[in-house]
Amino acid sequence: MVLLFWRTLASLPATWRQRRKVFEQIFEIGNASLLMVCILSFFIGAVISLQTGPVLVERGLASAVAGVVGIAVCKELAPVLMSILIAGRIGSAMAAEIGSMQVYQEIDALRTMNINPIHYLVLPRILAMAFALPLLVLFSILVAWLGGAIVATVNHRIDIPFDSFFTSLAQIVAFKDVLNGVFKSFVFACIIGAVSCHQGLTTRGGPRGIGRSVTKAVVNSIVLIVIIDYLLTRLLLK
Amino acid sequence: MMNAPENNHHGLSLEVRGLCRSFGSLEVLKDISFEVHPGEIFVIMGPSGSGKTVLLKHLIGLEDPDKGEIRINGEPALSGEAMSKYRMAMVFQSGALLNSLTVGENVGLYLSEHQTNTPEEIRRIVAEKLEVVGLKGTEEKMPGELSGGMRKRVAIARALVIEPQVLLYDEPTSELDPISAVMVAEEIVRLNRRIHVTSIVVSHDRDLALGIANRIAVIIGGSIGAIGTPEQVRQSPDPRVREFLEADFHKRRANHQPT
Repeated sequence: MVLLFWRTLASLPATWRQRRKVFEQIFEIGNASLLMVCILSFFIGAVISLQTGPVLVERGLASAVAGVVGIAVCKELAPVLMSILIAGRIGSAMAAEIGSMQVYQEIDALRTMNINPIHYLVLPRILAMAFALPLLVLFSILVAWLGGAIVATVNHRIDIPFDSFFTSLAQIVAFKDVLNGVFKSFVFACIIGAVSCHQGLTTRGGPRGIGRSVTKAVVNSIVLIVIIDYLLTRLLLK
Repeated sequence: MMNAPENNHHGLSLEVRGLCRSFGSLEVLKDISFEVHPGEIFVIMGPSGSGKTVLLKHLIGLEDPDKGEIRINGEPALSGEAMSKYRMAMVFQSGALLNSLTVGENVGLYLSEHQTNTPEEIRRIVAEKLEVVGLKGTEEKMPGELSGGMRKRVAIARALVIEPQVLLYDEPTSELDPISAVMVAEEIVRLNRRIHVTSIVVSHDRDLALGIANRIAVIIGGSIGAIGTPEQVRQSPDPRVREFLEADFHKRRANHQPT
Protein backbone atom coordinates (compact mmCIF):
# COMPACT_ATOMS: atom_id res chain seq x y z
CA MET A 1 0.00 0.00 0.00
CA VAL A 2 2.85 2.37 0.88
CA LEU A 3 4.48 1.47 -2.43
CA LEU A 4 1.26 2.21 -4.28
CA PHE A 5 0.96 5.58 -2.55
CA TRP A 6 4.59 6.34 -3.38
CA ARG A 7 4.03 5.43 -7.04
CA THR A 8 0.95 7.65 -7.07
CA LEU A 9 3.01 10.54 -5.73
CA ALA A 10 5.59 9.87 -8.43
CA SER A 11 2.82 10.03 -11.04
CA LEU A 12 1.63 13.48 -9.90
CA PRO A 13 3.06 15.13 -13.05
CA ALA A 14 0.37 13.21 -14.99
CA THR A 15 -2.37 15.06 -13.07
CA TRP A 16 -3.10 17.59 -15.83
CA ARG A 17 -3.75 14.80 -18.33
CA GLN A 18 -6.11 13.11 -15.90
CA ARG A 19 -7.89 16.31 -14.82
CA ARG A 20 -11.24 15.31 -16.34
CA LYS A 21 -11.26 12.09 -14.31
CA VAL A 22 -10.25 13.98 -11.14
CA PHE A 23 -13.24 16.34 -11.57
CA GLU A 24 -15.56 13.41 -12.28
CA GLN A 25 -14.40 11.70 -9.10
CA ILE A 26 -14.77 14.88 -7.01
CA PHE A 27 -18.31 15.27 -8.34
CA GLU A 28 -18.99 11.61 -7.56
CA ILE A 29 -17.72 11.93 -3.98
CA GLY A 30 -19.69 15.14 -3.37
CA ASN A 31 -22.83 13.82 -5.02
CA ALA A 32 -22.78 10.55 -3.11
CA SER A 33 -22.07 11.95 0.32
CA LEU A 34 -23.19 15.58 0.69
CA LEU A 35 -26.65 14.79 2.05
CA MET A 36 -25.31 12.18 4.47
CA VAL A 37 -22.59 14.57 5.65
CA CYS A 38 -25.21 17.24 6.19
CA ILE A 39 -27.54 15.04 8.27
CA LEU A 40 -24.75 13.40 10.27
CA SER A 41 -22.99 16.69 11.04
CA PHE A 42 -26.15 18.50 12.08
CA PHE A 43 -27.04 15.84 14.62
CA ILE A 44 -23.45 15.46 15.89
CA GLY A 45 -23.40 19.18 16.72
CA ALA A 46 -26.92 18.94 18.16
CA VAL A 47 -26.17 15.98 20.41
CA ILE A 48 -22.94 17.46 21.81
CA SER A 49 -24.80 20.64 22.60
CA LEU A 50 -27.61 18.63 24.22
CA GLN A 51 -25.23 16.47 26.28
CA THR A 52 -22.87 19.19 27.53
CA GLY A 53 -25.12 22.28 27.51
CA PRO A 54 -27.31 21.62 30.59
CA VAL A 55 -24.33 20.45 32.70
CA LEU A 56 -22.24 23.51 31.84
CA VAL A 57 -25.18 25.96 32.25
CA GLU A 58 -26.02 24.52 35.69
CA ARG A 59 -22.43 25.29 36.75
CA GLY A 60 -22.55 28.80 35.36
CA LEU A 61 -20.43 27.99 32.34
CA ALA A 62 -22.96 28.87 29.63
CA SER A 63 -20.31 30.68 27.61
CA ALA A 64 -18.30 27.43 27.37
CA VAL A 65 -21.05 25.48 25.55
CA ALA A 66 -20.19 26.96 22.16
CA GLY A 67 -16.49 26.35 22.82
CA VAL A 68 -17.01 22.69 23.68
CA VAL A 69 -19.17 22.12 20.58
CA GLY A 70 -16.81 24.16 18.40
CA ILE A 71 -13.55 22.52 19.47
CA ALA A 72 -14.89 18.96 19.67
CA VAL A 73 -16.42 19.21 16.23
CA CYS A 74 -13.65 20.91 14.30
CA LYS A 75 -10.64 19.19 15.87
CA GLU A 76 -11.95 15.68 16.30
CA LEU A 77 -15.49 14.66 15.45
CA ALA A 78 -15.91 16.16 11.99
CA PRO A 79 -12.61 14.89 10.53
CA VAL A 80 -12.82 11.42 12.10
CA LEU A 81 -16.51 10.71 11.62
CA MET A 82 -16.66 12.16 8.10
CA SER A 83 -13.59 10.13 7.13
CA ILE A 84 -15.23 6.97 8.48
CA LEU A 85 -18.40 7.85 6.57
CA ILE A 86 -16.43 8.42 3.35
CA ALA A 87 -14.45 5.20 3.87
CA GLY A 88 -17.74 3.32 4.03
CA ARG A 89 -19.49 5.21 1.26
CA ILE A 90 -16.73 6.03 -1.26
CA GLY A 91 -13.76 3.84 -0.25
CA SER A 92 -15.90 0.72 -0.53
CA ALA A 93 -17.17 1.79 -3.96
CA MET A 94 -13.59 2.44 -5.13
CA ALA A 95 -12.39 -0.97 -3.95
CA ALA A 96 -15.40 -2.66 -5.58
CA GLU A 97 -14.97 -0.85 -8.90
CA ILE A 98 -11.21 -1.42 -9.19
CA GLY A 99 -11.57 -4.96 -7.80
CA SER A 100 -14.15 -5.85 -10.42
CA MET A 101 -11.93 -4.35 -13.14
CA GLN A 102 -9.08 -6.51 -11.83
CA VAL A 103 -11.16 -9.69 -11.73
CA TYR A 104 -12.66 -9.15 -15.19
CA GLN A 105 -9.24 -8.43 -16.77
CA GLU A 106 -10.01 -4.78 -17.55
CA ILE A 107 -6.79 -3.75 -15.80
CA ASP A 108 -4.82 -6.31 -17.82
CA ALA A 109 -6.43 -4.79 -20.92
CA LEU A 110 -5.19 -1.34 -19.83
CA ARG A 111 -1.67 -2.72 -19.39
CA THR A 112 -1.67 -4.27 -22.86
CA MET A 113 -2.57 -0.83 -24.23
CA ASN A 114 0.42 0.61 -22.37
CA ILE A 115 -1.92 2.58 -20.08
CA ASN A 116 -0.58 2.74 -16.54
CA PRO A 117 -3.40 1.74 -14.13
CA ILE A 118 -1.89 4.01 -11.48
CA HIS A 119 -2.22 7.04 -13.78
CA TYR A 120 -5.60 5.99 -15.11
CA LEU A 121 -7.33 4.68 -11.97
CA VAL A 122 -5.43 5.41 -8.76
CA LEU A 123 -4.14 8.96 -9.24
CA PRO A 124 -7.54 10.55 -10.05
CA ARG A 125 -9.21 8.77 -7.14
CA ILE A 126 -6.62 9.66 -4.49
CA LEU A 127 -6.38 13.26 -5.72
CA ALA A 128 -10.16 13.66 -5.77
CA MET A 129 -10.40 12.17 -2.29
CA ALA A 130 -7.61 14.44 -0.98
CA PHE A 131 -9.42 17.47 -2.39
CA ALA A 132 -13.03 16.55 -1.62
CA LEU A 133 -12.77 15.19 1.93
CA PRO A 134 -11.24 18.36 3.49
CA LEU A 135 -13.98 20.40 1.77
CA LEU A 136 -16.64 18.05 3.09
CA VAL A 137 -15.11 18.30 6.58
CA LEU A 138 -15.15 22.09 6.37
CA PHE A 139 -18.81 21.93 5.38
CA SER A 140 -19.46 19.40 8.13
CA ILE A 141 -17.91 21.68 10.78
CA LEU A 142 -20.19 24.56 9.77
CA VAL A 143 -23.32 22.37 9.74
CA ALA A 144 -22.42 20.80 13.12
CA TRP A 145 -21.93 24.25 14.66
CA LEU A 146 -25.33 25.22 13.28
CA GLY A 147 -26.88 22.08 14.79
CA GLY A 148 -25.26 22.85 18.15
CA ALA A 149 -26.42 26.47 18.04
CA ILE A 150 -30.02 25.57 17.22
CA VAL A 151 -30.23 23.07 20.10
CA ALA A 152 -28.57 25.54 22.48
CA THR A 153 -31.19 28.13 21.48
CA VAL A 154 -34.36 26.03 21.55
CA ASN A 155 -33.58 23.76 24.52
CA HIS A 156 -34.97 25.47 27.64
CA ARG A 157 -32.29 23.92 29.89
CA ILE A 158 -29.51 25.55 27.85
CA ASP A 159 -31.28 28.63 26.47
CA ILE A 160 -28.35 30.43 24.84
CA PRO A 161 -29.36 32.99 22.17
CA PHE A 162 -28.33 32.02 18.64
CA ASP A 163 -26.01 35.01 18.07
CA SER A 164 -24.46 34.70 21.57
CA PHE A 165 -23.57 31.05 20.75
CA PHE A 166 -21.61 32.13 17.69
CA THR A 167 -20.04 35.11 19.50
CA SER A 168 -18.68 32.73 22.19
CA LEU A 169 -17.65 30.25 19.56
CA ALA A 170 -15.64 32.90 17.70
CA GLN A 171 -13.88 33.86 20.93
CA ILE A 172 -12.87 30.29 21.79
CA VAL A 173 -12.31 28.53 18.48
CA ALA A 174 -9.29 29.83 16.58
CA PHE A 175 -8.76 29.53 12.83
CA LYS A 176 -5.88 27.14 13.46
CA ASP A 177 -8.30 24.76 15.21
CA VAL A 178 -10.31 24.52 12.00
CA LEU A 179 -7.12 24.09 9.98
CA ASN A 180 -6.12 21.32 12.38
CA GLY A 181 -9.26 19.35 11.49
CA VAL A 182 -8.93 20.06 7.79
CA PHE A 183 -5.31 18.89 7.82
CA LYS A 184 -6.30 15.67 9.61
CA SER A 185 -8.99 15.02 7.02
CA PHE A 186 -6.45 15.52 4.21
CA VAL A 187 -4.25 12.80 5.74
CA PHE A 188 -7.26 10.52 6.25
CA ALA A 189 -8.31 11.09 2.63
CA CYS A 190 -4.90 9.90 1.42
CA ILE A 191 -5.23 6.83 3.66
CA ILE A 192 -8.74 5.96 2.41
CA GLY A 193 -7.74 6.46 -1.23
CA ALA A 194 -4.55 4.43 -0.98
CA VAL A 195 -6.11 1.60 1.07
CA SER A 196 -9.17 1.31 -1.18
CA CYS A 197 -7.24 1.40 -4.46
CA HIS A 198 -4.68 -1.07 -3.10
CA GLN A 199 -7.39 -3.49 -2.02
CA GLY A 200 -9.03 -3.15 -5.44
CA LEU A 201 -5.82 -3.77 -7.36
CA THR A 202 -4.94 -6.83 -5.28
CA THR A 203 -8.35 -8.47 -5.65
CA ARG A 204 -8.17 -12.15 -6.57
CA GLY A 205 -10.92 -14.59 -7.39
CA GLY A 206 -14.47 -13.81 -8.46
CA PRO A 207 -17.31 -11.91 -6.77
CA ARG A 208 -16.31 -13.33 -3.39
CA GLY A 209 -12.85 -11.79 -3.83
CA ILE A 210 -14.43 -8.43 -4.62
CA GLY A 211 -16.56 -8.65 -1.46
CA ARG A 212 -13.47 -9.48 0.59
CA SER A 213 -11.59 -6.51 -0.86
CA VAL A 214 -14.45 -4.13 -0.09
CA THR A 215 -14.66 -5.31 3.52
CA LYS A 216 -10.88 -5.08 3.97
CA ALA A 217 -10.80 -1.62 2.38
CA VAL A 218 -13.37 -0.25 4.83
CA VAL A 219 -12.07 -2.02 7.94
CA ASN A 220 -8.39 -1.25 7.25
CA SER A 221 -9.22 2.39 6.47
CA ILE A 222 -11.14 2.83 9.73
CA VAL A 223 -8.44 1.16 11.84
CA LEU A 224 -5.72 3.29 10.21
CA ILE A 225 -7.80 6.48 10.59
CA VAL A 226 -8.23 5.90 14.33
CA ILE A 227 -4.53 5.08 14.89
CA ILE A 228 -3.24 7.95 12.73
CA ASP A 229 -5.74 10.29 14.42
CA TYR A 230 -4.12 9.60 17.78
CA LEU A 231 -0.63 10.16 16.36
CA LEU A 232 -1.66 13.36 14.57
CA THR A 233 -3.39 14.67 17.68
CA ARG A 234 -0.21 14.12 19.68
CA LEU A 235 1.80 15.87 16.98
CA LEU A 236 -0.58 18.80 16.56
CA LEU A 237 -0.99 19.36 20.32
CA LYS A 238 2.69 20.32 20.60
CA MET B 1 -0.52 10.65 -35.83
CA MET B 2 1.01 7.72 -34.04
CA ASN B 3 4.75 7.21 -34.10
CA ALA B 4 4.66 4.26 -36.42
CA PRO B 5 7.87 2.42 -37.02
CA GLU B 6 8.85 1.71 -40.63
CA ASN B 7 7.70 -1.87 -40.41
CA ASN B 8 4.28 -0.71 -39.29
CA HIS B 9 2.15 -3.08 -41.35
CA HIS B 10 4.37 -6.14 -41.20
CA GLY B 11 3.97 -8.84 -38.65
CA LEU B 12 6.80 -9.68 -36.32
CA SER B 13 8.48 -12.97 -35.52
CA LEU B 14 8.29 -14.33 -31.99
CA GLU B 15 10.55 -16.88 -30.44
CA VAL B 16 9.95 -18.62 -27.14
CA ARG B 17 12.85 -20.57 -25.63
CA GLY B 18 12.69 -22.84 -22.59
CA LEU B 19 9.82 -20.99 -20.92
CA CYS B 20 8.99 -22.29 -17.43
CA ARG B 21 6.43 -20.97 -15.00
CA SER B 22 5.08 -22.31 -11.71
CA PHE B 23 2.42 -21.03 -9.35
CA GLY B 24 3.43 -22.36 -5.94
CA SER B 25 4.01 -26.08 -6.36
CA LEU B 26 1.96 -26.20 -9.56
CA GLU B 27 4.14 -26.31 -12.67
CA VAL B 28 2.03 -24.62 -15.36
CA LEU B 29 4.55 -24.19 -18.19
CA LYS B 30 7.35 -26.73 -18.61
CA ASP B 31 10.19 -25.83 -20.93
CA ILE B 32 8.04 -24.40 -23.74
CA SER B 33 9.89 -23.56 -26.97
CA PHE B 34 8.47 -22.56 -30.35
CA GLU B 35 8.76 -19.94 -33.02
CA VAL B 36 6.05 -17.87 -34.72
CA HIS B 37 6.84 -16.58 -38.20
CA PRO B 38 5.98 -13.04 -39.31
CA GLY B 39 2.43 -12.70 -40.62
CA GLU B 40 1.29 -16.24 -39.86
CA ILE B 41 -1.72 -17.40 -37.88
CA PHE B 42 -0.34 -19.56 -35.10
CA VAL B 43 -2.86 -21.39 -32.95
CA ILE B 44 -2.02 -22.67 -29.49
CA MET B 45 -4.42 -25.47 -28.62
CA GLY B 46 -4.90 -27.61 -25.61
CA PRO B 47 -7.41 -28.77 -23.05
CA SER B 48 -8.70 -26.39 -20.37
CA GLY B 49 -6.11 -25.73 -17.67
CA SER B 50 -3.17 -26.75 -19.85
CA GLY B 51 -1.47 -23.35 -19.52
CA LYS B 52 -2.47 -21.72 -22.82
CA THR B 53 -3.68 -18.41 -21.37
CA VAL B 54 -0.70 -18.21 -19.01
CA LEU B 55 1.56 -18.62 -22.03
CA LEU B 56 -0.30 -15.88 -23.89
CA LYS B 57 0.07 -13.54 -20.90
CA HIS B 58 3.82 -14.17 -20.97
CA LEU B 59 3.93 -13.29 -24.66
CA ILE B 60 2.37 -9.86 -24.08
CA GLY B 61 4.32 -9.14 -20.90
CA LEU B 62 1.51 -9.51 -18.34
CA GLU B 63 3.43 -12.31 -16.61
CA ASP B 64 7.13 -12.87 -16.05
CA PRO B 65 8.55 -16.36 -16.55
CA ASP B 66 10.55 -18.20 -13.89
CA LYS B 67 12.96 -19.33 -16.58
CA GLY B 68 13.31 -18.96 -20.33
CA GLU B 69 13.23 -16.20 -22.87
CA ILE B 70 10.86 -14.55 -25.35
CA ARG B 71 12.31 -12.77 -28.36
CA ILE B 72 10.41 -10.39 -30.63
CA ASN B 73 12.13 -9.96 -34.00
CA GLY B 74 15.25 -11.34 -32.37
CA GLU B 75 15.24 -8.89 -29.43
CA PRO B 76 14.60 -10.06 -25.85
CA ALA B 77 11.03 -9.03 -25.01
CA LEU B 78 11.60 -9.06 -21.29
CA SER B 79 14.01 -6.12 -21.46
CA GLY B 80 11.00 -3.88 -22.02
CA GLU B 81 12.67 -2.25 -25.02
CA ALA B 82 11.11 -4.60 -27.51
CA MET B 83 7.70 -4.21 -25.88
CA SER B 84 7.85 -0.43 -26.23
CA LYS B 85 9.42 -0.57 -29.70
CA TYR B 86 6.86 -2.91 -31.27
CA ARG B 87 3.10 -2.77 -31.02
CA MET B 88 1.29 -5.78 -29.64
CA ALA B 89 -2.38 -6.06 -28.76
CA MET B 90 -4.48 -8.70 -27.09
CA VAL B 91 -8.14 -9.64 -27.42
CA PHE B 92 -9.18 -11.10 -24.08
CA GLN B 93 -11.48 -14.09 -23.64
CA SER B 94 -14.16 -11.94 -22.01
CA GLY B 95 -13.43 -8.98 -24.27
CA ALA B 96 -12.30 -7.07 -21.14
CA LEU B 97 -14.10 -3.94 -22.29
CA LEU B 98 -14.22 -1.19 -19.68
CA ASN B 99 -17.84 -1.38 -18.58
CA SER B 100 -17.99 2.24 -17.47
CA LEU B 101 -17.11 3.49 -20.97
CA THR B 102 -19.15 3.46 -24.17
CA VAL B 103 -18.12 1.28 -27.11
CA GLY B 104 -16.63 4.33 -28.84
CA GLU B 105 -14.66 5.35 -25.75
CA ASN B 106 -13.41 1.77 -25.34
CA VAL B 107 -12.21 1.55 -28.91
CA GLY B 108 -10.58 4.99 -28.79
CA LEU B 109 -9.09 4.53 -25.32
CA TYR B 110 -5.52 3.93 -26.51
CA LEU B 111 -5.56 7.06 -28.65
CA SER B 112 -7.23 9.31 -26.08
CA GLU B 113 -4.97 8.18 -23.23
CA HIS B 114 -1.78 8.55 -25.26
CA GLN B 115 -3.06 11.82 -26.75
CA THR B 116 -1.74 10.92 -30.17
CA ASN B 117 -4.72 12.32 -32.10
CA THR B 118 -7.27 15.11 -31.93
CA PRO B 119 -10.78 14.19 -30.72
CA GLU B 120 -12.12 14.48 -34.31
CA GLU B 121 -9.43 12.11 -35.59
CA ILE B 122 -10.15 9.69 -32.77
CA ARG B 123 -13.86 9.69 -33.65
CA ARG B 124 -13.01 9.01 -37.30
CA ILE B 125 -10.58 6.18 -36.46
CA VAL B 126 -13.05 4.62 -34.01
CA ALA B 127 -15.83 4.67 -36.62
CA GLU B 128 -13.44 3.19 -39.19
CA LYS B 129 -12.32 0.33 -36.91
CA LEU B 130 -15.88 -0.45 -35.84
CA GLU B 131 -16.85 -0.64 -39.49
CA VAL B 132 -13.98 -3.09 -40.10
CA VAL B 133 -15.48 -5.47 -37.53
CA GLY B 134 -19.03 -4.93 -38.78
CA LEU B 135 -20.26 -2.80 -35.90
CA LYS B 136 -20.77 0.54 -37.59
CA GLY B 137 -22.81 3.02 -35.56
CA THR B 138 -22.47 1.33 -32.16
CA GLU B 139 -20.22 4.03 -30.67
CA GLU B 140 -22.76 5.24 -28.12
CA LYS B 141 -23.79 1.80 -26.86
CA MET B 142 -22.56 0.54 -23.48
CA PRO B 143 -20.72 -2.83 -23.37
CA GLY B 144 -23.56 -4.25 -21.26
CA GLU B 145 -25.97 -3.77 -24.19
CA LEU B 146 -23.91 -5.97 -26.52
CA SER B 147 -24.03 -9.71 -27.16
CA GLY B 148 -20.96 -11.89 -26.47
CA GLY B 149 -19.97 -11.92 -30.14
CA MET B 150 -20.35 -8.16 -30.47
CA ARG B 151 -18.23 -7.60 -27.35
CA LYS B 152 -15.47 -9.74 -28.86
CA ARG B 153 -15.62 -7.79 -32.11
CA VAL B 154 -15.45 -4.50 -30.18
CA ALA B 155 -12.39 -5.90 -28.40
CA ILE B 156 -10.86 -6.69 -31.80
CA ALA B 157 -11.63 -3.12 -32.97
CA ARG B 158 -9.97 -1.79 -29.82
CA ALA B 159 -6.90 -3.91 -30.55
CA LEU B 160 -6.83 -2.72 -34.18
CA VAL B 161 -6.63 0.93 -33.11
CA ILE B 162 -3.13 0.19 -31.80
CA GLU B 163 -2.21 -0.87 -35.37
CA PRO B 164 -0.64 -4.00 -33.91
CA GLN B 165 2.20 -5.96 -35.44
CA VAL B 166 1.34 -8.92 -33.26
CA LEU B 167 -2.27 -9.64 -32.30
CA LEU B 168 -3.01 -12.17 -29.56
CA TYR B 169 -6.45 -13.72 -29.17
CA ASP B 170 -7.45 -15.55 -26.00
CA GLU B 171 -10.24 -18.06 -26.72
CA PRO B 172 -11.89 -15.83 -29.34
CA THR B 173 -14.79 -18.20 -30.00
CA SER B 174 -15.56 -19.37 -26.46
CA GLU B 175 -19.12 -18.66 -25.24
CA LEU B 176 -20.22 -17.90 -28.81
CA ASP B 177 -22.88 -19.60 -30.90
CA PRO B 178 -21.56 -21.37 -34.02
CA ILE B 179 -22.53 -18.54 -36.37
CA SER B 180 -20.85 -15.85 -34.24
CA ALA B 181 -17.82 -18.13 -33.82
CA VAL B 182 -17.47 -18.45 -37.60
CA MET B 183 -17.81 -14.66 -37.98
CA VAL B 184 -15.03 -14.05 -35.43
CA ALA B 185 -12.84 -16.71 -37.10
CA GLU B 186 -13.39 -15.07 -40.51
CA GLU B 187 -12.50 -11.74 -38.94
CA ILE B 188 -9.18 -13.13 -37.68
CA VAL B 189 -8.27 -14.47 -41.13
CA ARG B 190 -9.44 -11.28 -42.89
CA LEU B 191 -7.37 -9.05 -40.59
CA ASN B 192 -4.36 -11.27 -40.99
CA ARG B 193 -4.57 -10.96 -44.78
CA ARG B 194 -5.40 -7.28 -44.75
CA ILE B 195 -2.79 -5.91 -42.35
CA HIS B 196 -0.35 -8.85 -42.37
CA VAL B 197 -0.37 -8.94 -38.59
CA THR B 198 1.19 -11.92 -36.85
CA SER B 199 -1.77 -13.58 -35.13
CA ILE B 200 -1.43 -15.89 -32.15
CA VAL B 201 -4.68 -17.53 -31.20
CA VAL B 202 -5.21 -19.51 -28.01
CA SER B 203 -8.17 -21.84 -28.26
CA HIS B 204 -9.48 -25.28 -27.47
CA ASP B 205 -11.86 -25.03 -30.41
CA ARG B 206 -10.64 -27.69 -32.89
CA ASP B 207 -12.76 -26.38 -35.78
CA LEU B 208 -11.34 -22.89 -35.37
CA ALA B 209 -7.75 -24.10 -35.02
CA LEU B 210 -7.80 -26.51 -37.94
CA GLY B 211 -9.74 -24.01 -40.05
CA ILE B 212 -7.66 -20.86 -39.71
CA ALA B 213 -4.16 -21.88 -38.56
CA ASN B 214 -1.04 -21.83 -40.65
CA ARG B 215 0.60 -23.76 -37.82
CA ILE B 216 -0.62 -25.22 -34.54
CA ALA B 217 1.04 -26.02 -31.23
CA VAL B 218 -0.82 -28.40 -28.92
CA ILE B 219 -0.05 -27.90 -25.24
CA ILE B 220 -0.83 -30.81 -22.97
CA GLY B 221 -0.08 -30.62 -19.27
CA GLY B 222 2.15 -27.54 -19.60
CA SER B 223 4.43 -28.84 -22.37
CA ILE B 224 4.17 -28.94 -26.14
CA GLY B 225 2.74 -32.24 -27.35
CA ALA B 226 2.83 -31.44 -31.05
CA ILE B 227 3.70 -28.55 -33.33
CA GLY B 228 3.37 -28.05 -37.08
CA THR B 229 0.83 -27.50 -39.82
CA PRO B 230 -2.72 -28.68 -39.12
CA GLU B 231 -2.01 -31.81 -41.18
CA GLN B 232 1.23 -32.56 -39.28
CA VAL B 233 -0.49 -32.08 -35.93
CA ARG B 234 -3.37 -34.36 -36.96
CA GLN B 235 -0.83 -37.09 -37.63
CA SER B 236 1.01 -36.64 -34.34
CA PRO B 237 2.09 -39.95 -32.79
CA ASP B 238 1.58 -38.56 -29.25
CA PRO B 239 -1.47 -40.42 -27.83
CA ARG B 240 -2.41 -37.42 -25.61
CA VAL B 241 -2.54 -35.16 -28.68
CA ARG B 242 -4.53 -37.71 -30.65
CA GLU B 243 -6.95 -38.13 -27.76
CA PHE B 244 -7.45 -34.36 -27.59
CA LEU B 245 -7.90 -33.95 -31.34
CA GLU B 246 -10.12 -36.97 -31.77
CA ALA B 247 -12.28 -36.62 -28.66
CA ASP B 248 -15.84 -37.19 -29.78
CA PHE B 249 -19.01 -37.52 -27.74
CA HIS B 250 -20.56 -40.27 -29.90
CA LYS B 251 -17.32 -42.26 -30.12
CA ARG B 252 -16.86 -42.06 -26.36
CA ARG B 253 -20.42 -43.18 -25.72
CA ALA B 254 -20.02 -46.05 -28.14
CA ASN B 255 -16.82 -47.15 -26.36
CA HIS B 256 -18.58 -47.15 -23.00
CA GLN B 257 -21.73 -48.99 -24.17
CA PRO B 258 -22.05 -52.39 -22.49
CA THR B 259 -21.68 -55.14 -25.08
